Amino acid sequence: MSKHHVSATVNGEPVEFLCEPQETLLDVLRDRLNLTGSKEGCGSGDCGACSVIVDGRLLCSCLILGAEAEGRAIETIEGLAQGDKLHPLQQRFLEHAALQCGFCTPGFLVAAKALLDCNPDPTESEARFWLAGNLCRCTGYDKIIRAVLDAAADLRKAKGDARHGL
Amino acid sequence: MAYETLRVVGTRPIRPDGVDKVTGRAQFGADMTMSGQLVGKMKRSPHAHARILGIDATKALALPGVKAVVTSADFPEIPDEMAFVGEGPMNFRDLSCNCMARDKALYEGHAVAAVAATTAAIAEEAVALIEVSYEVLPHVIDVEAAMAEDAPLLHPRMITQGVSPAPTKPSNIAKKIVFALGDVAQGFAEAEAIVERKYTTKPVHQAYIEPHACIAAAGSDGQAQIFSSSQGQFMVRAYAAKLLGMDIASIRVTPAEIGGGFGGKTLVYLEPVALALSRKCGRPVKMVMSREEVFKATGPTSGGTVSVKIGAKKDGTITAAEAVLKYQAGAFAGSPVGPGCMAAFAMYDLKNVTITGYDVVSNRPKVAAYRAPGAPISTFGVESCVDELARKIGMDPIAFRAKNAAKNGTKAAYGPTFRDIGYAETLEAARKHPHYQSPLGKNQGRGVASGFWFNIGGESSAAVNINEDGTAVVVEGNPDIGGSRAALAMMAAEVLGIPVERVRPVVADTSAIGYNFLTGGSRVTFASGMAVVQAAEQAVAELRKRAAISWDIPVDDVAWADGKAHATGASVGKFQPLSLADIALKSARTGGPIGGKAQINAQGAAPGYGTHICDVEVDLETGHVTILRYTAVQDVGRAVHPSYVEGQIQGGVAQGIGWALNEEYIYDKDGRLENPGFLDYRVPVCSDLPMIEAVVVEVPNPRHPFGVKGVGEVPIVPPMAAVANAICDAIGVRMPDLPISPPRLRAAIDRRAEAAE
Repeated sequence: MSKHHVSATVNGEPVEFLCEPQETLLDVLRDRLNLTGSKEGCGSGDCGACSVIVDGRLLCSCLILGAEAEGRAIETIEGLAQGDKLHPLQQRFLEHAALQCGFCTPGFLVAAKALLDCNPDPTESEARFWLAGNLCRCTGYDKIIRAVLDAAADLRKAKGDARHGL
Repeated sequence: MAYETLRVVGTRPIRPDGVDKVTGRAQFGADMTMSGQLVGKMKRSPHAHARILGIDATKALALPGVKAVVTSADFPEIPDEMAFVGEGPMNFRDLSCNCMARDKALYEGHAVAAVAATTAAIAEEAVALIEVSYEVLPHVIDVEAAMAEDAPLLHPRMITQGVSPAPTKPSNIAKKIVFALGDVAQGFAEAEAIVERKYTTKPVHQAYIEPHACIAAAGSDGQAQIFSSSQGQFMVRAYAAKLLGMDIASIRVTPAEIGGGFGGKTLVYLEPVALALSRKCGRPVKMVMSREEVFKATGPTSGGTVSVKIGAKKDGTITAAEAVLKYQAGAFAGSPVGPGCMAAFAMYDLKNVTITGYDVVSNRPKVAAYRAPGAPISTFGVESCVDELARKIGMDPIAFRAKNAAKNGTKAAYGPTFRDIGYAETLEAARKHPHYQSPLGKNQGRGVASGFWFNIGGESSAAVNINEDGTAVVVEGNPDIGGSRAALAMMAAEVLGIPVERVRPVVADTSAIGYNFLTGGSRVTFASGMAVVQAAEQAVAELRKRAAISWDIPVDDVAWADGKAHATGASVGKFQPLSLADIALKSARTGGPIGGKAQINAQGAAPGYGTHICDVEVDLETGHVTILRYTAVQDVGRAVHPSYVEGQIQGGVAQGIGWALNEEYIYDKDGRLENPGFLDYRVPVCSDLPMIEAVVVEVPNPRHPFGVKGVGEVPIVPPMAAVANAICDAIGVRMPDLPISPPRLRAAIDRRAEAAE
């Protein structure tokens, strides 16, 4: 069985890897690229712990093959913060105590970023339905939703400030 | 030491492990790698009940890349011996047989062999090549069917305990227990209204999002290391040592971050097997369960039947109460029927009460603890029955509960006399809450239910080390399952008088701190918190002593306040205060490193109570239930970090709503689980729930320096009855069987319509 040679970008950086045909993108991220922030909770696309953004689209990395990443731009939890500056979503998750065990957190943050990328001002209901593909067993979602809505407001404000040259 | 003015406790700082967890840096069970590691995979029984006639691993071992195969022959046969290192007693022999089936496979998914290979693909291929010959036996899934005289027997030597005279014939009933107070017959004779009903609940899984995972490495010197996700590294060490016949000192267990447990990670499945494989081939072995394996071979909690009878006078006084509980234990004895019995009526001050419990084995995975183990099942029955009785005599459900509420001095049916409990306060807060008065629309209803949990203390070790720059490290030994690092660091900061940001908490491995009982029983903030406070107080005593040495005055003339030593008494005003950092900097000259440590068996845990209000809307066409609004009131003693206290309450409620409406284990006729995945085993998702309002009531526990009571378990106890009572209020249909899934509710609505015709 020969391996596939794949070139892609992960969090803006070019990467190359060899992978078996049956390996998922999640396997590649975790086992070959040492990016273990994406988690495997089910392996069947039901829990969202492995959420990544591929060419701007939110996906479960357990449902894509590593070989399918050829030429694509992949965003993972490891790329969310800019250096040591946390993304507003990360900051709000901390302030709201929107995590308990923290295992689903990377997936929620990536999924929430994908939401805010396409809908900067979601209603509570929109946020709840967008994030319905991510399971959290600890929090009851209350603080997660509050954190996401607050981060959305932060981002809108930052964008407005930028527009007004502030 | 009394702490009257609190600076840190009660505030909401960012948790010390927060950044690691929002950036993906935190290392969970499956994130660790070791040089030269192999992949371990389990071979599992496809049968619900089968005798293992033989296992032939020849073909598997011949596959290139396969390094080791283990079966029960690689585990020492251990005698029956009860262990108390997990949550609730566990028989070491049963645990060994659960990790690796010995003579019989007792449920679908029971491990029968394991393989270590160089890649996951080779390991999977090797698992398929292991040949197991089975004699398939008749199986039994349902609890009452398992109790029948002619039921297939799981354990031919099992004689029911707690029955006198002892039965001569074996059965699947492991144990019968009875708790009684007063005279129930007399009490029912005095009743003016009686409600009697049978309720059933299905097994539900803890459904932590992180599957079980570990990596184990054994050396040729007999020393071993385990890195794993569990609720207690000392529990893993004790079980691994016992199951493999090793010294405890030869195993070092490092706790990974834990991706949820809820009781389900209070015992071991993988660690002894990974270690056995590693011992056989001399390389580290990593094992990670699939979600299907998690569902089939770990947890869940019991399903059961709960028959409840309660009688009351027209003024609302309960005169007698009776319950019979039959809990599934899974394949080995040890359901949480004991705590289920004890918790059943613990909300009430009753003169006449009898509770009978049966612990019953059947061909299902051995149950594991799940958040307030046993209490949600019995409480669903009791609180549904209480609701029906209140309606029958025309009383408000909160007023009915308040009239009969357990209070200080109430003697519980299971023995103790309650003190410092805050149940009445939760009822009062619920009654006064705007939610309780708000209007409801068509097909909408409101339900109330209460719940109780014991909370425990137990053995804890902690150290507080003062660093030379005036910061501090708290070394503790309980995996942080939901913010306990923050709570422990806050308590240390409070005692030391420094900002919490200057305190770094570390969850240590088993060789770096003394024994800690596991993270469970809502004990960590209470018991390990007490150890941390004592260790920090010891450090403060030492800091005062060092200041006294610097000033050359008696230590009694040195007081500690706001993180500084102050000269008092005869020396008052003679010296500038010395800060913790000043003293730490000079510690070498005043006697060496400064710190404190405590190793305690924390006593004085106080029980917790909660009262929940739930509003629902029922779709009569589909039977779908929407949770419109939810308010959970709970007495927490003192909220150290209120955000994480609220989070525990909200999370417990969400799990309870899943238990009430959707979650269940579904078996086919061959005893095989039909829904071992998150698509078909449906836990609540974001769009299923409203915001959940957590109302914190604080009736301090005087036996903890900051008044702490356990928090995490109480909130899962009331929701099932709160939801069922709300449905009944909405459409007048009483649902005694869980889950109240759309097809089941729709059928009940149809039955009512047919009866009306």
